[in-house]
Amino acid sequence: MTNSKSRASRCIPCRFASIGVAALTLAGGIAYTAGWLTPSRLTAYRIIDQFQTNAGTHPGYRRNHAKGLCVEGYFDSNGNAASLSRAQVFALGRTPIIGRFAIPGSNPSAPDASVPIRSMALLFMQRDGQQWRTGMNSTPLFPVHTPEQFYQQLLAAKPDPQTGKPDPAKMKAFYAANPETRPFQEWVKTHPASSGLENSAYYSINAFRFIDATGREHAVRWSVEPETAYAPVDPREKSDPDFLSKQLDEQFKHGSVRWHLVVTVANASDPTNDATLQWPADRQRIDAGTVVLERSTPQADGVCRDVNFDPTVLPDGIKPSDDPLLAARSAAYAVSYQRRTREEALHAAPATPKSEQNAS
Amino acid sequence: MTNSPRHFSTLARWLHWTMAVLILAMLFIGVGMVATVSHAHETLIALHRPLGVALLVLALIRAGVRLKNGSPALPSEIPAIQQFAARASHLVLYALFIAMPLIGWAMLSAGGYPITLFNAWHLPAIVPQNVDLFALLRALHTWLAFALFATILAHIAAALFHGLIRRDGVFSSMARGQR
Repeated sequence: MTNSKSRASRCIPCRFASIGVAALTLAGGIAYTAGWLTPSRLTAYRIIDQFQTNAGTHPGYRRNHAKGLCVEGYFDSNGNAASLSRAQVFALGRTPIIGRFAIPGSNPSAPDASVPIRSMALLFMQRDGQQWRTGMNSTPLFPVHTPEQFYQQLLAAKPDPQTGKPDPAKMKAFYAANPETRPFQEWVKTHPASSGLENSAYYSINAFRFIDATGREHAVRWSVEPETAYAPVDPREKSDPDFLSKQLDEQFKHGSVRWHLVVTVANASDPTNDATLQWPADRQRIDAGTVVLERSTPQADGVCRDVNFDPTVLPDGIKPSDDPLLAARSAAYAVSYQRRTREEALHAAPATPKSEQNAS
Repeated sequence: MTNSPRHFSTLARWLHWTMAVLILAMLFIGVGMVATVSHAHETLIALHRPLGVALLVLALIRAGVRLKNGSPALPSEIPAIQQFAARASHLVLYALFIAMPLIGWAMLSAGGYPITLFNAWHLPAIVPQNVDLFALLRALHTWLAFALFATILAHIAAALFHGLIRRDGVFSSMARGQR
C-alpha cells in the first residue's frame, strides 16, 4: 500500500493532466458535435449562412421564400384517406388551416415574375392539439437529391459581384455535374407557371409515410390541386411586381378559393428517398377532401408570420420518409426561424417593403 | 445520528449518476440536432423532448431529496471560499436542471409548436404564443445550455481533484456507499 501510494503521489502532474484530459475530451466532443472543428461538414447554419451570403440579410424575413402572404381557411375531409392514415385531419370533418403563399428566394421585395415557381405552406390545426405542417412547391419535383447538392447549388448560384447575378458558367457546371437536376428543369420548361396562386397545384415534393389505425405504413406524396382552371400568366400583369398577391386578394373579394388534397400512394418499387424522381402517373390517387381558403393578410401582421412551416411537424398518423432532404429542411428552417424571430424581437416588426404596402 | 453521514444515500447516488448520463447525452443531442442536416436530426429531436421532460421530473425529485437529506459535510480543512464555491455551483446546477426543460417547453409553446413526446402524446403550451418571447427563450436555451455544460465541466474537474489529488473522501461520498 505504502509503495503504491508513494508511486501514485510521485505522479501528481499525471493526475492533474488526466483531469485536464477528461475536461478537454468533453469540451472537444461538444465542439465536434456542433460542427465547429469540421468547417467542411455541412450544417443547417452553413446552409442559411449561404442564403445570406447570396442575397444579403433581410431582417425579420424568412431566409428563403421570403416574399409571401398569409391565408386562412379550413380543410373539409371526406374521410377517404382515413384508411391510410389515422391522423385526425383525415377523419370526416373540418380542420382549421393557417397558410402562406410565397415565391422562392431570399428577397422579400422580389418581383413576382422573377421566378416560375410558387409555394403554398399549410398548417392544419387538429382538434386534439396536434398539427400537420407542410411546405409545398408548384413543382412536383425538386432539383436536387441531397442536402449537400442543395448547398452546392447555392454556392453555384452565388451572385457575381460584377453583374449581381449568378455566374451562368458556374450554374452550367453545377447542372452538368449533377444530372439529377434534369427532370426538374425539364418539368419547369414544359409547365409554364399559372396566371395566379389560385390556379396552381402544389406538391409535397418529398415522400412521407402514412400510418393507418392498425400501424401499417403507406408511402405517399400529396398535392393540393386547384378547382380553378389553369391559365398562363397574362403578359400585361407580369410587369406588376405584386400581381400574384393582388390577384388573390381580388379572388377573395368574390369568395373562397378551393383546392383538393390528393394523396398519391406509392407502389413498393417507387423510390421514397429521392425528390428528383416522379412516381409513375398510374399510381392510386385519393381525393382526401377540400382545402378552402377564405381570406388573406399581408405577412407583416398575418397569422402565418410567426409560423415555421417545418415539414417534419406531423401529427400521429404521418411520418417523414427516408428522403434526406426532409431532415435538412427541418434543421435549416429552424435556423431561419431562430434568426428572423430574434431580429423581429430586437427591432420590432420587419419593415414592410414598399411593394407589399401597396398590395395591402 | 452522532456521526453525520459521509456518503450520499443510495437514492441520491442513483439520481446523480442517472442524471449525469442523461444530461451529458442531452447536451450532445441538443448541440448535434440543431447543426446536423442528416437523418440524425429527426431522431435527435424526437429524443430531446421526452428526455427533457424525464430530466425535469428527475430534477424535481432530486431537489426534494437534497432539501430533505442535505449532503455530507465537506472536510473541515477545505477553505471557506472553496466550501462556498461548492455550494454555489450545486445551486447553479440544480437551478439549471429545472430551468432548462421548462425554458425548452416554454420556448416551443411561444413558437406555436406542438410539444410532441411520443406518437399522439403531447404536452399543453405553458406560455402564450409570442414571437418576442420565443426569441428570448430560444437564445436563453442555448446560452444556459453552455453555462450548464461549463458548470458540469468545473464540477467534474473538482470531483476528480478531490478523488485523485486530495483523496479526501468527497469523491467517494458520491461514487459509492458506506462500507
